[in-house]
Amino acid sequence: MSIKVRYFASLKESLGRSEDTVEFSSAATVREVWRCANPEKSLPNNILVAINMDYVDLDSTVNDGDEVAFFPPVTGG
Amino acid sequence: MLVKICTEQFDPWLEAQNYQNQQKAMIGKFGATSIFIGTMRDFNDGDAVKGMTLEHYPGMTEKQLEKIIAQAQQQWQLIDVLVVHRVGDILPNEPIVLTAVWTSHRGDAFDANRYIMEELKTKAPFWKKERLLSEHERWVLKNTDGYQP
Repeated sequence: MSIKVRYFASLKESLGRSEDTVEFSSAATVREVWRCANPEKSLPNNILVAINMDYVDLDSTVNDGDEVAFFPPVTGG
Repeated sequence: MLVKICTEQFDPWLEAQNYQNQQKAMIGKFGATSIFIGTMRDFNDGDAVKGMTLEHYPGMTEKQLEKIIAQAQQQWQLIDVLVVHRVGDILPNEPIVLTAVWTSHRGDAFDANRYIMEELKTKAPFWKKERLLSEHERWVLKNTDGYQP
């Protein structure tokens, strides 16, 4: 299955890219999506995660075609 | 109910007035309107700030704001809600956000607007990057406590 991964704000800057596509042959969690896309970088503290634009936790399972987003705490308003 | 993301400067007073005028169904029904406007300061964390850029996650921002409004509608008797938020490059004294709530009575208007604004600050995916007078740029890492005096 194919997962689109997106990064925003300071995380996007530190990674030097705004998105990835990762492939899995079996079920995967959000944490595994991060490991696959960023094998040499541990998950930043306080990171927020969304699947298809809804907040989830790192142990949530992804499905084929999902968009997974990683980003720092939000600061709008 | 309307959520609007603006890439250009907006006039929050005009936005609220125009929206209210367009909602013919609420004429005579609302007795209270609570309006909150967030405006860019020229200082933050002890430094002079000359401008900032607001990044957002298109699609998720609207989805989360609509969810916040729906949650407010479950808790209070709301007639209508308008949320307008700016993105892109912003200068001090320019408005960043407008939240407006129309209700029959003042309690619901005050409380729901406060709820919507506090939820927006922690759930709506926006990120501020400040430009200091020194030309140094920095990401804003956290919100101030909205309940501090």
